[in-house]
Amino acid sequence: MFKSVHEKPGKASDMTVLVNGVEIGAWNGETVASVLLRAPGAGRGSTVSRTPRLPYCQMGVCFECLVIVDGNASMQGCLVPVAPGMRIESQHGPREISK
Amino acid sequence: MHVDVIIIGAGVVGAALAYGMALKGKHVIVLDGADRDPRAARANFGLVWVQGKGSDAPAYSALTRQSSDLWPGFRHELSKIAADRIDYERPGGLVYCLSETEYAHRAAINERTHNQGAQADTEMIERGALEHMLPAVGLGPDVVGASYCKLDGHVNPLQLLAALHRAVLVLGGRIEFRSPVKAISPVSGGFRVIGPHGELQAPRVVVAAGLATPALTEPLGLAMPMKSERGQILVTERIAPILPFPGSGLRQSADGTVMIGATNEKIADTSVTAASATKLAQRATRIIPALGSARLVRQWAGLRVLPLDKTPIYAESTDYPGLFAAACHSGVTLAAVHAAVIAPAMGGSHLPEDLAAFSNGRFNVQKCA
Ligand SMILES: Cc1cc2nc3c(=O)[nH]c(=O)nc-3n(C[C@H](O)[C@H](O)[C@H](O)COP(=O)(O)OP(=O)(O)OC[C@H]3O[C@@H](n4cnc5c(N)ncnc54)[C@H](O)[C@@H]3O)c2cc1C
Ligand code: FES
Repeated sequence: MFKSVHEKPGKASDMTVLVNGVEIGAWNGETVASVLLRAPGAGRGSTVSRTPRLPYCQMGVCFECLVIVDGNASMQGCLVPVAPGMRIESQHGPREISK
Repeated sequence: MHVDVIIIGAGVVGAALAYGMALKGKHVIVLDGADRDPRAARANFGLVWVQGKGSDAPAYSALTRQSSDLWPGFRHELSKIAADRIDYERPGGLVYCLSETEYAHRAAINERTHNQGAQADTEMIERGALEHMLPAVGLGPDVVGASYCKLDGHVNPLQLLAALHRAVLVLGGRIEFRSPVKAISPVSGGFRVIGPHGELQAPRVVVAAGLATPALTEPLGLAMPMKSERGQILVTERIAPILPFPGSGLRQSADGTVMIGATNEKIADTSVTAASATKLAQRATRIIPALGSARLVRQWAGLRVLPLDKTPIYAESTDYPGLFAAACHSGVTLAAVHAAVIAPAMGGSHLPEDLAAFSNGRFNVQKCA
């Protein structure tokens, strides 16, 4: 997994977010996708092949970073800046729409 | 290399004809146009659709049914030859009716088609029965019912086109992209086809260049009366399966995306508009309100290739035997019959009498005063 360039011993992160219920430190200006790259086991399953995926292009084109943010499914994590207390959850398979 | 047939246009019409001829052992070369050409074959909705087609043209209605029945075998053989996946299903299809007027209008179309002698394979379905067919979604309050035809199906049209291209190569044919033909000139024993590829010669030429067809055939006196019509389509993100039946204007692909379309606009460019996106999205959410929470990922436009009376044209030059042209809307639906019937006819000697209803000569009939 990756490590944030801001991460220094003895230096606190700017905020805490929840990834699949686990607290993780995050820094101002980073995106949900960048947090996913260093949160263990935060990948998702491809909706087509079901193979495991992580954010890839970081610029909104590949849709490999789809994630549930504060209850909203299919958000592109690389386009969403983090906010304190944000709830980020892995999205497995295609999104269900309510009846 | 000796060439039997030069096919101009590698859209779904030209490619299906090339495939059908190559299956019969013909040596074919397909020449396709410039990168920026309009390509209905790459912009369409992917329905293999029977209901309502040719409701005023019995021969077209019969050809469509024939193609629909040929499709399963066509797809099986094509995907084997091309060694490629083609997502195709034929569960029957729905035309949703959002008012009593729409319901009555659809019922009248079905009636008219059946009166022409077509089998009664389309039925009107009332809201209650429709709800049972679509257990995973709730219908909007405006939905009165639908018309259901058990012959209808849908396909991934890009996989279809790619498979046709690959199969032509596997069967020994050639396809040259970015080779827009400038002119066709009759020479002894056939035709010379002139373009960036240089000059090619063959005893037979089939022009299937979509909207560019008349510009190539009319200098040789072969009229192909047609017009274009823009259609815009929206597509959503992939969602869990909710639509077990393709619908006119609303279908869920094998990968889970929901396609919403298409508009009918008298505009000849492929730009997209917010007004059309709104109109399409509104109708789709009137049918299935929950679609309002699905994300749209793309919108695009394509140009339909519409013969003036909407019926396909399969034409043969009387002045220059060996020169043929094909143009149609619904080239996806008709792909199977193009490969199995029209291709052998155009690769044979003459178009058979039973295709006379599709000749370009029909446009010359004088109107009675
Ligand atoms: C929005 C929309 C939705 C549709 N939905 C459906 C559907 O659900 N089901 C269905 O059955 N049909 C549908 N259709 C219709 C179907 O897509 C067309 O009937 C079909 O694609 C026509 O194919 P074509 O090969 O004739 O034309 P095109 O796909 O337009 O291809 C023409 C080809 O000819 C080439 N060309 C042009 N000029 C030259 C030249 N000078 N030299 C060499 N090559 C040349 C071009 O480069 C192009 O590749 C739809 C169409 C549209 C626009
Ligand atoms: S990482 Fe590619 S779209 Fe987000």
